[in-house]
Amino acid sequence: MTAPAKTLSAAEIRAGLVARKFTARELLDDCYARIAAENPRLNAFLALSPERAYAQADRLDGQVARGEPLPPLAGLTLGVKDVLATRGTPTTCGSRILEHYRPPYDATVVERVERAGALIIGKTNCDEFAMGSSNENSAYGAVRNPVAPDRVPGGSSGGSAAAVAAGLVCAALGTDTGGSVRQPGALCGIPAMMPTYGRVSRYGLIAFASSLDRVGPMTRSVSDAAALLGAIAGSDPCDSTSAAVPVPDYAAALTGSVAGLRIGVPREYFGEGMDGEVRARAEAAIAKLESLGCRRVPLEMPHTDYAIATYYLIATAEASSNLARYDGVRYGLRAPADTLAGMYRKTRGAGFGAEVKRRIMLGTYALSAGYYEAYYLKAQKVRTLIARDFQLAFEKCELIVTPTSPIPAFRLGERTADPLAMYLADIYTVTGSLAGVPGISVPCGLTSEGLPVGLQIFGPRFGEDRVLALAHAFERASTAA
Amino acid sequence: MKITRETVLNVAELAHLELSESEIETYREQLDQILTYIEKLNALDTSSVDPLAQVVAAASDFSAAWRDDETRDAGIAAEALAAAPDAQPPFFRVPKVIERES
Repeated sequence: MTAPAKTLSAAEIRAGLVARKFTARELLDDCYARIAAENPRLNAFLALSPERAYAQADRLDGQVARGEPLPPLAGLTLGVKDVLATRGTPTTCGSRILEHYRPPYDATVVERVERAGALIIGKTNCDEFAMGSSNENSAYGAVRNPVAPDRVPGGSSGGSAAAVAAGLVCAALGTDTGGSVRQPGALCGIPAMMPTYGRVSRYGLIAFASSLDRVGPMTRSVSDAAALLGAIAGSDPCDSTSAAVPVPDYAAALTGSVAGLRIGVPREYFGEGMDGEVRARAEAAIAKLESLGCRRVPLEMPHTDYAIATYYLIATAEASSNLARYDGVRYGLRAPADTLAGMYRKTRGAGFGAEVKRRIMLGTYALSAGYYEAYYLKAQKVRTLIARDFQLAFEKCELIVTPTSPIPAFRLGERTADPLAMYLADIYTVTGSLAGVPGISVPCGLTSEGLPVGLQIFGPRFGEDRVLALAHAFERASTAA
Repeated sequence: MKITRETVLNVAELAHLELSESEIETYREQLDQILTYIEKLNALDTSSVDPLAQVVAAASDFSAAWRDDETRDAGIAAEALAAAPDAQPPFFRVPKVIERES
């Protein structure tokens, strides 16, 4: 059963266990064998948790043997981004400063997926503290894109995207602050979703920018994304920012019927700086949606051009505050020094990588006396305008459709010298992050070089069911063609 | 924008970051470039716009924010201390911060 496990859906895996076509242990043997063979090349996993996974597999196989019903994600092999706490398994955030850190507790999402029957395979590589768009900022080495090994997988959830795209695992959890789930999903050619801010608990998600950070599913198919989101969504007493909004049955929303839906196409997302082939694939995708009965509504979202500047002020300001906790006292690295202040400075100087330091510096500057109003407060006001763009747009349409990234996967090392240029490529994803709305990236074809292109679908707050429905209909129409 | 070496050193001090000579110059240049780009926000008149600190819907959606503030023992104190670089249970030990009067 080695070959098919690479393509099975969550539902097929569960059905296969029930029908005793394979056991959960066999699924794991197969999964870890594949990781052993391919991870040295891809560098998608930083740590594995076989003890935990096999214990869960034995529980599931016991349930099958006793004829008990299986939980919804039974046997789903899952990679967990290394910014999510996993009890007893190293959780480094891709940083030297947490090199040997083993959390004493599980993130709520980890607890929930395990309760739903998933097998926690291990921790996936990422940009340090989720700061990056190429996975090249990991202290443990870059991840390679399985589609084109000389290219980046995107970031920051690059390890999660690569692990799913290469078939190492069935699904993965990523985190998205400015595009970190959607963009690597696009660059590796898999569906990847950022839920509404508040939809999924962040308890145990090691914070980067608290007003933006979200956890989301990265999967082989849209229906798997719906299943995984269903398992992790819902309020959590441990996270006061999680919303008490009822969680609908996402699988039931995938009806295949999208006729009559108004899809907004904002002009600002098709401007300068966009790769010609990305434009062509996105346009073709929109035409396909029209052929399914969707109505195209031209939109203007005039503050889009200010989103990068706004995002990189707010995210770095929050990061400079959140990352103050890495001081060599309670966990992680400590660089010896004679004084407490000296220990802080040396520990942080030695433990953080170049991009993290750059963002801490930028955020500290934006919050410092004399600059707060000109930068941080200004950015918060523009954030209001960007959120309003979305609010007004959703008065004219049910969903917004854009490309996910203006460029396909680029070569390793090609863009590292110019941080600003790297930031600018986040233009289509940071808007939805600032507005708090849900968004998904679904594969919409390949460039002439065979590189995946992603179509992004935004929905109104807590409208994940609608986003998934359109993504699913598009995916079905694409694979049928 | 004109970010000076002094500004970089001041910000690094505020952020408790030890920087090498080459980092100081690199960050001076890059912060200057990034902040110059960010100045584009000044083109927008925001005098009558309220700031948005957190994207929340109705307060009732976030009922968890209004629970009672109760103390509960998570039962992981020993594990948490074990993760520290220098623990002396139940304390975290740090370099001396108070000098003894002589």
